Amino acid sequence: MRTIFRKPHVCDPSQGIDRVTDVVVEDGAVLAITDDSTSYDVGSCEVIDCSGLLLTPGLIDLHTHLREPGYEYKEDVQSGTAAAVAGGFSAVCCMPNTDPPLDEPSVVRGLLKRAEEVGVARVYPVAAITKGLQPEGLSEMAALKEAGAVAVTDDAYPLQSAEVLRRGMEYAAQLGLTVMTHCEDKSLTRDACMNEGLTATIMGLRGMPAVAEEIQVARNCLMSLFTGCRLHILHVSTAGAVQVIRWAKERGAPVTAETCPHYFALTDEACLDYNTNAKMNPPLRTQADCDAIIQGLLDGTIDAIATDHAPHAHHEKAQEFALAPFGIVGLETAFAVSYTELVATGRMSLSALVEKMSCQPAKVLGLPGGTLKPGSPADIALFDLKRRWTVRAERFRSKSRNTPFEGWEVLGKPVLTMVGGKVVYREE
Amino acid sequence: MMTDLITLRETSPEDILLLLDTAQSFKEILERPVKKVPTLRGRQVVTLFYEASTRTRVSFENAAKIMSADTTSVAAATSSVQKGESLLDTVQTLRAMRIDCLVMRHPQSGAAHLVAQALDVPVVNAGDGMHEHPTQALLDMLTIRQHKGRLEGLTVAIVGDIAHSRVARSNLWGLTKMGAKVRFVAPATLLPRDVHRLPVEVYTDLREGVKDADVVMALRLQQERMERGLLPSLREYAQRWGVNAGALQLAKPDCIVMHPGPMNRGVEIADDVADSGRSVILEQVTNGVAIRMAVLYHLLGGEATA
Repeated sequence: MRTIFRKPHVCDPSQGIDRVTDVVVEDGAVLAITDDSTSYDVGSCEVIDCSGLLLTPGLIDLHTHLREPGYEYKEDVQSGTAAAVAGGFSAVCCMPNTDPPLDEPSVVRGLLKRAEEVGVARVYPVAAITKGLQPEGLSEMAALKEAGAVAVTDDAYPLQSAEVLRRGMEYAAQLGLTVMTHCEDKSLTRDACMNEGLTATIMGLRGMPAVAEEIQVARNCLMSLFTGCRLHILHVSTAGAVQVIRWAKERGAPVTAETCPHYFALTDEACLDYNTNAKMNPPLRTQADCDAIIQGLLDGTIDAIATDHAPHAHHEKAQEFALAPFGIVGLETAFAVSYTELVATGRMSLSALVEKMSCQPAKVLGLPGGTLKPGSPADIALFDLKRRWTVRAERFRSKSRNTPFEGWEVLGKPVLTMVGGKVVYREE
Repeated sequence: MMTDLITLRETSPEDILLLLDTAQSFKEILERPVKKVPTLRGRQVVTLFYEASTRTRVSFENAAKIMSADTTSVAAATSSVQKGESLLDTVQTLRAMRIDCLVMRHPQSGAAHLVAQALDVPVVNAGDGMHEHPTQALLDMLTIRQHKGRLEGLTVAIVGDIAHSRVARSNLWGLTKMGAKVRFVAPATLLPRDVHRLPVEVYTDLREGVKDADVVMALRLQQERMERGLLPSLREYAQRWGVNAGALQLAKPDCIVMHPGPMNRGVEIADDVADSGRSVILEQVTNGVAIRMAVLYHLLGGEATA
């Protein structure tokens, strides 16, 4: 089976392609990128007219909470991957804070089996760095890797003990596993529910100071230098964290970092009115932090834009602000919000955005995809960049509706997503 | 006119003035031998308290009863909250009983806002976490105005646990809207982040903070602040930030002293100061009833249905 994407604007930073050309796909892989595909148009061949559309390697999310197993009322593999492909993502890395957590090879295998049955987006499990995500003992990382885990993490339960982090990184490094860390000194964030600053002071809410994140970013970067273990800093939200990561990279630390669209598109003022859909951890910060994060993306300090897609049910968010759980959904808005805030405003080039959302995420964990080089898997996303649309959570494929972008007018709509040569999403 | 009273930050100066003037006129009712007017007859006011409170709850209930409203008091410890019911389910259940007004106190900031969004009857915030306590600030302003004849141009020093105080926040917004200058005086560990960006002068030294003040308001200090490691000891706090006669010598000669209660005598306020001629603490309590009568009157549209 052959598919020809005719005359899209192809943006593939991995090959420096940024022009109108044709893409030919066959048997689940990219066959050719050619300015004249007529010679390929023979036999049973689907031709998709893409004039006016953007074609990129499928987006890859380094940070998704699929909630399966255990929290299927929030999201499951079916709904989560459906949300992913509706957002232009062909692959997601899913976090281990499920119930049971992804700390046992059997759980990882079970999840991968589910993803295969569902057959929508690629699912790359990120396993727990410790048993039960508790600080006591390391998980069986070798067996977890064998079962299909692509990295290990402490996400949602940031390691407070430097000793546990050290041993975890040493153990992961020998296996070639990257350690992804949620950076938060919990002694500085007790009972806190938003950014510490003017807005929290007005609202009478306990705040998480920026320094609580920055201290752990610094510690973890230093530990990466010390152990030689590859470190990926999850969801960077502060200007100080960007500076620390820049410092660590200058010293040759094997460190990569991601941020999320909400950390450059929103400030903590979105929490005013006690909007629990603007509550996540790390919290929304200030305009100065947003600006520093954009600068960090531009100069390469921050490698990737991830979503930290964290679905929660309506009744969980319809609570007193401090009692509502942390997290927002992001898969179905990440590209449009990023495109609108970064590219449409002229702050970032389109190819840089595609790098941050596709090529770099693949590189960070050494995943397939993130490129359209002939022979690569045919993971492809098509976007209509001229389309202005309004975010309506009720239309999400995700089971959850907890977005701070409800009602936003954004540019750039995913219209088709292909995974392994199969069209898994087509806008109605 | 407002439909709820949740914050003074979002209440207009005109509404604040109207509430103060109405309360002033209602004070006369409190001096009558028969303290009863028919204004809110047949109206159901529910007080829902998720925190222990004597003065505020009794003050609201008396205010409602003087206006002839029927009152029901729900304490969280005896309600279905103990069975795990959510706040929104609890208040919607009460609303289904056709109540006309909900007065609520809750330990979480923003709880009253959440409830007001969900209910189509007036909601009065009787204190939400560390956020606001609007009727307390209104009764404070009424008391100050009675003594000083005005609010505009006065300097009000609020001393104590600013970081955790809903009284300080409501007074800040109310007083500045009425043209007063507000100072916050507290040890650095009891000042919230970015407090300097609020319309307030900030002091860590008590004597500097009360200098030439027209009003000094002491806030209650919770024992929990020591347990959380925010302060070394009650003794050091009382010595450095307890409002005492010595510090008050630096304030204006006619300076009045206030406290929202309940007091820790000898901690945030010296015993002799609490009982001195400067102290207006019991007047605050009386004015509290008048203010709550005014709030219920305006929110329930008293006259039209009496």
